[in-house]
Amino acid sequence: MIALLSRDLALAVRAGGGFGLGLAFFLIVTVLVPFGVGPDSAILSKIAPGILWVGALLACLLSLDRIFALDFEDGSLDLLATAPIPLEGVVAMKAAAHWLTTGLPLVLAAPVLGVLLNLAPAAMGWLVLSLALGTPALSVIGAFGAALTVGLKRGGLLLSLLVLPLYMPTLLFGAELVARGAAGLATMVPTLMLAGITLGACALLPFAAAAALRVNLR
Amino acid sequence: MASLWQYANPQKFLQTTGAVLPVLAVLTALTLVVGLVWGFFFTPDDYRQGATVKIIYLHVPSALMAINAWLMMLVASLVWLVRRHHVSALAARAAAPVGLTMTAIALLTGAIWGQPMWGTWWAWDPRLTSFLILGLFYLGYIALWSAIENPDAAADLTTVLCMVGSVFALLSRYAVNFWNQGLHQGASLSMDAEENVADVFYIPLLVCIAGFVLLFITLVLLRTRTEIRARRISALLARERMA
Amino acid sequence: MIPDLGKYAQAVIGAYALSIALLVLLVGWSMWRAARVRRQLNEIEARRVRNG
Repeated sequence: MIALLSRDLALAVRAGGGFGLGLAFFLIVTVLVPFGVGPDSAILSKIAPGILWVGALLACLLSLDRIFALDFEDGSLDLLATAPIPLEGVVAMKAAAHWLTTGLPLVLAAPVLGVLLNLAPAAMGWLVLSLALGTPALSVIGAFGAALTVGLKRGGLLLSLLVLPLYMPTLLFGAELVARGAAGLATMVPTLMLAGITLGACALLPFAAAAALRVNLR
Repeated sequence: MASLWQYANPQKFLQTTGAVLPVLAVLTALTLVVGLVWGFFFTPDDYRQGATVKIIYLHVPSALMAINAWLMMLVASLVWLVRRHHVSALAARAAAPVGLTMTAIALLTGAIWGQPMWGTWWAWDPRLTSFLILGLFYLGYIALWSAIENPDAAADLTTVLCMVGSVFALLSRYAVNFWNQGLHQGASLSMDAEENVADVFYIPLLVCIAGFVLLFITLVLLRTRTEIRARRISALLARERMA
Repeated sequence: MIPDLGKYAQAVIGAYALSIALLVLLVGWSMWRAARVRRQLNEIEARRVRNG
């Protein structure tokens, strides 16, 4: 399983696409928002948590269909399915690789973009915390969506339609956590809920995703 | 041996529903017309809400059916998962557009009702928001069904989606509750509430709910029959191509 | 014939018209598709019988 993880990481880094693309997209989205909304810093700092979270979510979405599609096309997914490790483990590792290549860079880049959007300094820590807690859920849920649509020709659009409603709770609690942090309110409840969703998704969705993959590989 | 499972045989299902369907259709039309006409013409106005209270006869039944349609799809999907009865999977597929329409009616009538009462068509209120999300789930479910060609794979994948979606729909419901306290009033129909809807509104409302339930059953049976036939057509065509 | 709906007449009638239109669309679409699929199936079955 470790070998699988490092293989996926190596592929992502060397192929160039996944690693930088999501991050660049995140950057562009956050830079574009002030042009749309206007440079009023009060407004920007108010909407910054939402923008950063929606941006992170879309950046995640961008690279989802690559989780399984490439391996499905060249047949290595069939090999992985017949390999001695359980398919659930394969899914978990794929999601972990996706998180390390898209989620983690987003978490690290978020404070810089937070400065651009005038996010309250008190909220910086909460922003990083919320993204660190929330983005693994985005990767796992995305892996589930990718597993559902892996065999389809026009899967990309369908994938976003399936996955975005599933992202709703994570987005809501994540943005709420940052907004409360910025306003100096109690943040315990959204933190716990966010962590709970992520843990629950990591625990259960690999099984659903593996079931979907088995159907698609039949 | 009479049991529910004999209707898992498509032929038997077609036979029985073919006999039942006309009766059911007449009953549905009758109940709906009685309920809606009663509601529209013969109920008094509410002292606070005026005539807009008449929208309740569409709003509440459609909202109820929007949720129950999803539950029915979940049950049918589980039956398919456990017992591999094709009719069950097709019934889940047949119910989805009906559920989506019910969601749309609930949202639209809600918006029309909200405009004079709350002064806004739309508010990011927990109930409204979770209904919107429910509608998105219906859309995704229908899209997934129509995107996959192999019927068994489609049934399996949509089953998985329906189960995961149910969990997330519940989660969203509680998440939005936490997020925003709403404008929407509490449940209007509960057994233990002190403050229930008064009888003059209550009885025609019950008739309307019965009408919507009947409508749902009739439509799902009709559409399941269509799906069974469509499945048979594609099987026969495939066989002809092979020959 | 239409009861006095006061100032909310537009809202109430609009809600009813819209919902009934949607329901009619749904029912009509279902019935249209049912008829079409049934006709198609009958054709194919007939062809199968003819061809043995």
